[in-house]
Parts: sequence; C-alpha cells; structure tokens
Amino acid sequence: MSESVTVAAPGPLRPPGRGRAPQPARLLAMLPPVGSWLPLAEHRRVHPRPPDPRRRPSGELIETVERSGLRGRGGGAFPAGAKLRAVVEQGRSPTVVVNGCEGEPASRKDALLLARLPHLVLDGAAFAAAAVGAREVLVCVTRGSAEVARSLDRALDERRTEGGPSVRVMRPPDRYVAGEETALVHWLNGGPAKPTVAPPRPFERGVRGRPTLVQNAETLAHLAQIAAFGPEWFREVGTAGQPGTVLLTVSGGVSVPGVFEVPCGMPLSAVLRSAGAADPPSAVLVGGYGGAWISPGTAASVRLSVEDLRPLGASLGCGALVVLPSGACGLLETARVLGWLAGETAGQCGPCVHGLAAVAAGVSALHDGRAARRDRDQLRRWASDIADRGACHHPDGALRLLRSALSVFADDVDLHARRKTCRGKAGPAVLPLPPHSTAWR
Amino acid sequence: MSAHLRVDPIRCSGHGLCAELLPELIRLDDWGYPILVESDVPPRLEQVARRACSVCPDLALLLDP
Repeated sequence: MSESVTVAAPGPLRPPGRGRAPQPARLLAMLPPVGSWLPLAEHRRVHPRPPDPRRRPSGELIETVERSGLRGRGGGAFPAGAKLRAVVEQGRSPTVVVNGCEGEPASRKDALLLARLPHLVLDGAAFAAAAVGAREVLVCVTRGSAEVARSLDRALDERRTEGGPSVRVMRPPDRYVAGEETALVHWLNGGPAKPTVAPPRPFERGVRGRPTLVQNAETLAHLAQIAAFGPEWFREVGTAGQPGTVLLTVSGGVSVPGVFEVPCGMPLSAVLRSAGAADPPSAVLVGGYGGAWISPGTAASVRLSVEDLRPLGASLGCGALVVLPSGACGLLETARVLGWLAGETAGQCGPCVHGLAAVAAGVSALHDGRAARRDRDQLRRWASDIADRGACHHPDGALRLLRSALSVFADDVDLHARRKTCRGKAGPAVLPLPPHSTAWR
Repeated sequence: MSAHLRVDPIRCSGHGLCAELLPELIRLDDWGYPILVESDVPPRLEQVARRACSVCPDLALLLDP
C-alpha cells in the first residue's frame, strides 16, 4: 500500500467564501507525489502562519476549535476543543504531544501526513500550543519510517525562521499499545511505553508532571485548517455530530488500496466503490484491529459517522477499513488478528494477558471446527467478563472484534463446526500481522 | 452517596482474597482476577469493603469515598 488517492482529485484548496459546493479533499488537497513533501513556501500559499499566542488569547483559540465540532481522529473521537480546555484549566504550563505513532497495522494516514504534508501537522501543533499556552511540542513518530523522519527534519529546518514553539521529534517503540496516550507519556517520562492507570490522565499530569495535550497527527492537521479557514468552513461538510472530512486507510479486497479523504458521514458503499471493492461488498473491518466487522448487508447501507456506527457497536477508530476479499475466511482472519493482539499486550493486567490469549485460542478452535456449543457460550461470556477491566482499552478493542466476528460470521461458525473445512485456509493472510517488537523503551 | 470500589488492574495479581471477603460485590473471572459485580458499596458492607482493601496483598483494591 504505497499509492494514495483521494475521492476527489487533489487540486488547489479553495479558501472559504468563494461559493460552490465544498470539495471533499481538504487535508490532501495539496498532496505532493509519492516520495516528495510539500515545502513550506508552497504550504504557506494557502495556509497562513499559526497565530502568535501573544496576539490572540487562548480562550478565543479554544472557542474556535469548540465551534468547529472537531473530534479526535486517533480512535477515541473525543471532542478536540474539550481536550484543549481540560489542559488549560489545569492552570499550569503544559506540553503538547503530537501522536503520530500509528501502531495500527491497517492504518497509514498519519504516516502519509507526516511524510508528505508535515507542515499541516506542525501548524496544527503550533496552533494547539498557542491555544493551551505550551512552549514545547514533542512529535512522536514510528521508528519504522525513514521517510517520516526525513520529512520532519526538513520541515522543522524550513520553519526555523518562523518562530513558534520549540519542537522535538521523539521515536517511541513500535508497539500497538505504545500510542495509547498514558503509554506515550510513560515512555516520554523515561519509562516503558506501557499504559498507566488513570486517573491521573495526561491532561492532569503528563510529561514531567505537566498538563499534557496528546493529540493525534490527523486531528492536528484539521486544527491547522480550522485555524486558517474558520470553524464554519470546517462544518460545511460532515455530519452534525462529526463535522469535517476524515482520512480513511482502505486495504484488503480492493483494487485501489490507499488513503482516502471523505466527508464524515459518507456511505461506506461509496468509499468501497472508489477503492474498487467487489459489489456487493463482502464483510468490512471498520476501525482497525480493535474495530468491528460490518456484515455485507450493513456495509451496503451504513454511513461512516459516530452516530451511525455507534448503534452497531462500531466506531471509525483511526479510520482503517479492511475489506474481506471473496474467498477469504473471516473467522480465520479474526483468529489471526486476535492472536496478534494478544501478543501485543503490555503484559500488565491479568484480564488482558490471560483473557486475550484465551479468546484468540477460542476463535482458532471455532475456525478449526473443534469448538463445542459450550465453547461458543464461553467465548460470549468472556466477551463481557473481560470488558472494561484493563488499565487501557486494548482488551476492549479485541473484544469488539470478537463480538462482531461472532455475529457477522455466525454462519461460518456453523459451517466450520459441521464440515471442519475452510475455504480461506489456502489463501494468504489478508490482514497484515507485523512482527512483535521486543522493545518497550 | 455510597463509597465506590475499584481495582488497580496493573497492581492486581489475582490473589482473590477480595472475592472471598466480599462475594456480594466481587466475583473472580476464569483466571482468578476480580470482577466488580457492583462497584457502589452499600453502607452495610462498607466496613468489610475497607477490610478487603487493607488485606489485599497487592494493595490493588481501592475504596473511593
């Protein structure tokens, strides 16, 4: 998955107030070709410099974000304005952390932004720093991408003459849970990149004890455009509960995998069509490995918004969509991913350590046709027993995947129990399972 | 306002004493770790809840006022 496309062809970003329907591509409107990044001079032709905190009061900047209705794009969909306000209300000098870890194997959108549009993310970070009164920004990115490291180096070099907050690039270990905000803060404070028990949350006590704003890279990129074009412009697309556009990483059984930018609330079927999925679509994993399978029937009608997905027990998460190719086995893929998620536990909480391993083995047994009725009941019981009992939500994501698989692939479960064969076995794994890093520091 | 029980899942290593002392509020999962069936502690159980917190070998059971 290297090429990236938008639903609308990238073109010059139209500033607000010029009439006509808003175009879908906003963040990616100026996306340069693969292997290059948008230089500061080009970026500044459309995006003005972030506000000088000495000229614009914090309250006004936060109000701008609140009016936009922006929600976090790292997974939690938490209102960005409320998060900024919570940090400011601590009344102490804060730190801003850009979360570009993107430990989700099916997601590439933060890496895409950081590698090719770094100034969008850095503008957003500078805006957030001005809004909360932070002088320091820590940009956390994966160790795995030389492209991201290079682009940030060059981008920071270009910005040197502009002033703004001090920015440092940090490279936490590439673990699935390392991007969880308490884990990230733990690592930045010199510990292992493992979650800690909250409270205190990072906004109360984070990096070096300071109130800390941890914000996903895409969220900050939106923030940069809200600062440039205003909250009303931002709300021109998207839904009432989730305004703006969203970056989706689409992979699996599609002919055009890559990162797409669409308005929040867009029908999933339209995204699948653009990505060249089979019609009618097969099951789709929405929200990454801690997300939920959506059945083909639901995939044909559901819209990609918080409001539409919540009743299904799903969420957009980090925007990763994986289409199950025809001929692949959803149970097998789920068993593999659950096994991988179990291996990504921080190893701290009993219910996660023991529960995820058991759940992964249980789904493997379903797939192999070794599971009796009482084993299925046990899996369902575990799905509720283990929930909400970890220091972080890593186990809860795995359970969401489990519950959705038991429901969407219920017929496959029966089929495997009767015939003890699987059509998917011959095929390669659809969902990538990166090797587990051994590093926690 | 009743007192509120919670478990620190990182500290807890599943000794299970809490479930023995407070079966009304705590049961154990299949691996011996506590599940709070009810986290609001009724006044009649407050004293025994306090005792359960103090005897937890990991000090992982916490009672918030």
